[in-house]
Amino acid sequence: MTAVDRSPTDDAVVRMRDAATRVGGRQIWSAVDLTIRPAEFVAVLGPNGAGKSTLLRSILGLQPVSTGTVQVLGAPAGQQNARIGYLPQRRAFDQSVRIRGIDLVRLGWDGDRWGFPLPGFLAGRRGRLAAERVAEVISLVGAESYAHRPIGQCSGGEQQRLLIAQALVRRPELLILDEPLDSLDVPNQSAVSALIQQVCRSENVAVLLVAHDVNPIYPYLDTVAYLAHGSVVAGPPEQVITAETLSMLYDTPIEVLRDRAGRLVVVGQPDSHADHRP
Amino acid sequence: MTAHLTLNLLADVRQLLSYHFMLNALRAGTVVAVVSGAIGYFMVLRRQSFAGHTLAVVGFPGAAGAAWLGLAPSLGYFGFCLAAALLIAALPGGGRAAGGAGEESAAIGTLQGFALACGFLFVSLSQGFLSGLTSLLFGSITGITDNQVLVLLGSGLVSLLLLAVLGRPLLFASVDQDVARARGLRVRLLSAAFLLLLGVAVAGTSQVTGSLLVFALLVAPAATASRLTARPAVGLPLSIGIALLVTWLGEAIAFYSPYQIGFWVTSLAFAAFLLASGYQALADRRFRSDHRSQPAAAPLAEPVRR
Repeated sequence: MTAVDRSPTDDAVVRMRDAATRVGGRQIWSAVDLTIRPAEFVAVLGPNGAGKSTLLRSILGLQPVSTGTVQVLGAPAGQQNARIGYLPQRRAFDQSVRIRGIDLVRLGWDGDRWGFPLPGFLAGRRGRLAAERVAEVISLVGAESYAHRPIGQCSGGEQQRLLIAQALVRRPELLILDEPLDSLDVPNQSAVSALIQQVCRSENVAVLLVAHDVNPIYPYLDTVAYLAHGSVVAGPPEQVITAETLSMLYDTPIEVLRDRAGRLVVVGQPDSHADHRP
Repeated sequence: MTAHLTLNLLADVRQLLSYHFMLNALRAGTVVAVVSGAIGYFMVLRRQSFAGHTLAVVGFPGAAGAAWLGLAPSLGYFGFCLAAALLIAALPGGGRAAGGAGEESAAIGTLQGFALACGFLFVSLSQGFLSGLTSLLFGSITGITDNQVLVLLGSGLVSLLLLAVLGRPLLFASVDQDVARARGLRVRLLSAAFLLLLGVAVAGTSQVTGSLLVFALLVAPAATASRLTARPAVGLPLSIGIALLVTWLGEAIAFYSPYQIGFWVTSLAFAAFLLASGYQALADRRFRSDHRSQPAAAPLAEPVRR
């Protein structure tokens, strides 16, 4: 069920058609249509247990759909994962992790290749190319001043920027971020959201981000995919986060209110646990 | 011991090398220091010291049992350590980096006690040479045979070769397991392979430092190196270097003193660790005072809503 339909284009990064999935015999969502175009910034929103992470997993090919199709970068989901940068939901690195941010970014480049990490002066041409790209993404996320510190000594916002750099280092065409704002304070949530939009434009990479709260990302988004009640509505945020659309999706009256700071509050979802608290 | 320390360093070293048992001790120590310095670096990074300690304790009944049955002690060390490594890898979540918490650690702790008891029984059964018992537990520079050196060299070369091939993916899976798995790395298999490497390192080190003091070479140099640098490409060679230095010095001092090698190697390693910890505390303080002008790092993360 798609309230705001997009005309399908051939260069779509993700195209889900009438997709449905079951986990442990329970229908998570069905009739999901979702198209993500190159360099589009998409957020997946919805109450807890609506299947947001399952949606990401099905796009990564880790969770097969029971009906419908999921095409990613022109192939069935799971076949083009090398062209996807994925940042799983995680806890932060603690103080005792003695490895530098720049090493972590570098592992994103060639950490899955057999062999041994060599010091810079022994690395040869391939090593220099890698080092150049690593320096490039680190400056892209603005992490130059702390990339050489042990990651455990970086703040939550700094760690998140370095992890985004790690996900970007191989020039992916799709960036999948599972709750990247989860453990950040409010100023850092906005700063990282702005950074993601900037990356999306400058690196020409489509971004699919799962979030609890629409407010920090609202100004930067192209598309919201709102997952609730077993289905999804996708479209521009100002058309999706409305009383009309959400009431239709939930099939029950929903209010979308703005508080004095201009933050959106969704009221009246039957099965949510106040997921749009500011 | 008939050796006398003179003020002539060259003469001292020549005297030390004139004994065949001392040559063997140095050969074995060198191999063991390189292997445990390298593998220990990953163990510290993966926070699997508990698994390492378990393997060491399990090696003791292996060696004591081999002595009782009249077999080579190497056979007992390697057999038991590798079998225990496979067992830990097979435990649910046992091979995970930073693993070994909760229920599992209770089970493994129980196993450790049982292993020590069995080792003691085997020593008693083989007419209980008390010196045999102490050298099994705390190491000895005498009595390392030519064969033992060859076995150590062979196993050391194989495990270093394997580590050289696995190095980068192992590092990735050790510090960033989820992303490594998403990249298609077989994290579980890597963990099992690492535990086997750890088994080899522990079995080898036990033959020099004794079962209870393997951490002098397996943990202390790696922990020291990681306090001095957060760069893997520097930390790993540094860890090996510290292990070598501590081993050579410890063996030389043990040769000229009435006390056993295990004590000296452990004390030197501990001193290096203390120095490095002091250095890190100073560096941290300097870093904090440099960044005082900036806003403080984010406080505790907000409660996760789930």
